[in-house]
Amino acid sequence: MSLQEFIQQLLNGLSLGSLYALVAIGYTMVYGILRLINFAHGDIFMVGAYIAFYLVGVFYLPWWLSLPLTLLLTAGVGVLIDRVAYRPLRNEPRISLLITAVGVSFLLENLGLVTVGARQKGFPVPGMMASPVRILGAQVGGVSIWVPLISLAFLLLLLWVIYRTKAGMAMRAVSRDIEATRLMGADVDRIIAFTFAIGSALAAAGGILWSFKYPQINPLMGIYPGWKAFTAAVVGGIGNPTGAMIGGVLIGLVEVLTVAFFPTLSGYRDAFVFSILILFLLLRPTGLLGEPLKEKV
Amino acid sequence: MKSIYKTGLTLAGLALLFLLIGWANGHLNEYYSRVLNTAAIYIVAAVSYNLINGVAGQFSLGPNGFMAIGAYVTTLLILPVSQKQAVWFLQPLVWPLRAYSLPLWLFPVALLAGGAAAALGAFLIGIPALRLRGDYLAIATFGFGEIIFVLANNIIPLTNGPLGIKGIPNLPYLLWVTWGCAVLTVLAVTSLVNSSFGRALKAIREDEVAAEAMGVALFRHKMLALVVSGFFGGIAGGLLAFLVSTISPSAFTFFMTFTLLIIIVLGGLGSTTGAVVTAVIYTVLQELLRVVESPLDLGPVHIPGISGMRMVVISALLIAVMLFYRRGLFGGREFSWDWLWQKWTKRKGTSWNQTAASRS
Repeated sequence: MSLQEFIQQLLNGLSLGSLYALVAIGYTMVYGILRLINFAHGDIFMVGAYIAFYLVGVFYLPWWLSLPLTLLLTAGVGVLIDRVAYRPLRNEPRISLLITAVGVSFLLENLGLVTVGARQKGFPVPGMMASPVRILGAQVGGVSIWVPLISLAFLLLLLWVIYRTKAGMAMRAVSRDIEATRLMGADVDRIIAFTFAIGSALAAAGGILWSFKYPQINPLMGIYPGWKAFTAAVVGGIGNPTGAMIGGVLIGLVEVLTVAFFPTLSGYRDAFVFSILILFLLLRPTGLLGEPLKEKV
Repeated sequence: MKSIYKTGLTLAGLALLFLLIGWANGHLNEYYSRVLNTAAIYIVAAVSYNLINGVAGQFSLGPNGFMAIGAYVTTLLILPVSQKQAVWFLQPLVWPLRAYSLPLWLFPVALLAGGAAAALGAFLIGIPALRLRGDYLAIATFGFGEIIFVLANNIIPLTNGPLGIKGIPNLPYLLWVTWGCAVLTVLAVTSLVNSSFGRALKAIREDEVAAEAMGVALFRHKMLALVVSGFFGGIAGGLLAFLVSTISPSAFTFFMTFTLLIIIVLGGLGSTTGAVVTAVIYTVLQELLRVVESPLDLGPVHIPGISGMRMVVISALLIAVMLFYRRGLFGGREFSWDWLWQKWTKRKGTSWNQTAASRS
């Protein structure tokens, strides 16, 4: 493999990984607070891509307006799902919550199939993303440069929200101890709704950038990116946003470079990621950055 | 009620069921036979899935993997050699399977081999996965199902990849086979649940730490439950292969697990009775819901049919059940002749087996 090809693959892996990171944030924040694997998160990613598709491709809104609008609407979908399907089960066994999440995931996918149809739709990609860029002597698609940069901007914004704002402090408090936070007079349900909003907005951003990279969208597009992002969250240490970012980039690089070096294995790339997931659950369930969970009897 | 009466009643019930099947075998058209067969296969799959999920409380999401293993092994053993040559036209099938097949009358051997292979798969995934708890176990078993799916798609010399395998021979008297398997599964799982092994499983479900403190070997019990569940799941997969006569990886996606999950949740997690009843209800419901997908004419208003609407209704149903009716139809209770007897004589009080008064 020449150096140029290697750089191309590296950037490709980096852009894929930063997308996984964006989606992984939503998994990890919800898990950190509710101990719930939000099965529907990958489908929220899909919803975000479709909202953007309709705003830009059908209503011809400019991107500077469509992007924030999409994030806002998708955040609303996330909050709605939490309000309707998850909040009534807060005090129930976690398995009930998980089953409901599986139901929500299937509902979103099938609503998508019914309303927008199973056919692939071509996503409107802005010119900036499509034009090639030269970097270090290698020619790469604009997406491979812009996607990691935009993702990084979102991730920095998120870190600022989590560690520098009052709402972020409330989120960290809830993930530490729900009851104690409630006793301090915080509105826990509102904080959880806010968490869902942020996670869903980032998933929407991921969905849009994903569709720049792979401009064919369909209602089942969220399933595999969702699972890989979840793997990223586990690898990074579930519950830890910084870990999710690192895990996302790692998974993206591993996936792309494996296929680049061993092209015959490309059919197995999904199995590969799930094997990483199972291995991590076994050998290091707390991930790279996670804190060990204490078991209460 | 004396236990000899109960045995008699059970036998009478079985005889009645077999009479019905005998009648159905000659009198029903292909569509109704298919619905009945599907119901029986769902019973096998759901009752075995309920053993690990409902009775032992270990939330597995991998039954689609077990069913896939069972279906592929059964098919590879029973598919005639000439058909094998026709199906694997891109790459030949691996050697011993290419040259030999079991005659059709040895189908029980093929089904058992499918079950055994699935049980082996369950054992292998159980070694790592059963060390995990709760949702981590769910994720690990889900990953297993997905890995099986990817393997089935890619190991072309064994599975023929995404094209699948077609031309699986029809079994005569398929209704007898499927319902026979359903009855055997229910009997086997019920006797397991009512043994000391089953009580240990329920103890694990209610409180793992307490069960361990009482001397229940956690890992061994969970493993046995998973292996038994995998075995019958494999049988269900093999039966499905005979019923639809074509298998491909896409028949065993997570969607299959989702279907089984709905069945056992609607029936009441932990209740074998519930799994049986809702397996039948679900099969019938799936057919009835074809209405929502067919075009509708309301005088001047014409609503075109939307395919996929059924799944929207079914997923919404699952969420609604979880939100408003979490106990499901049977809520962990089981059918028993005593209960029927008391209903019959209209005595006060209930003697339902309260197996799951409080579940966490």
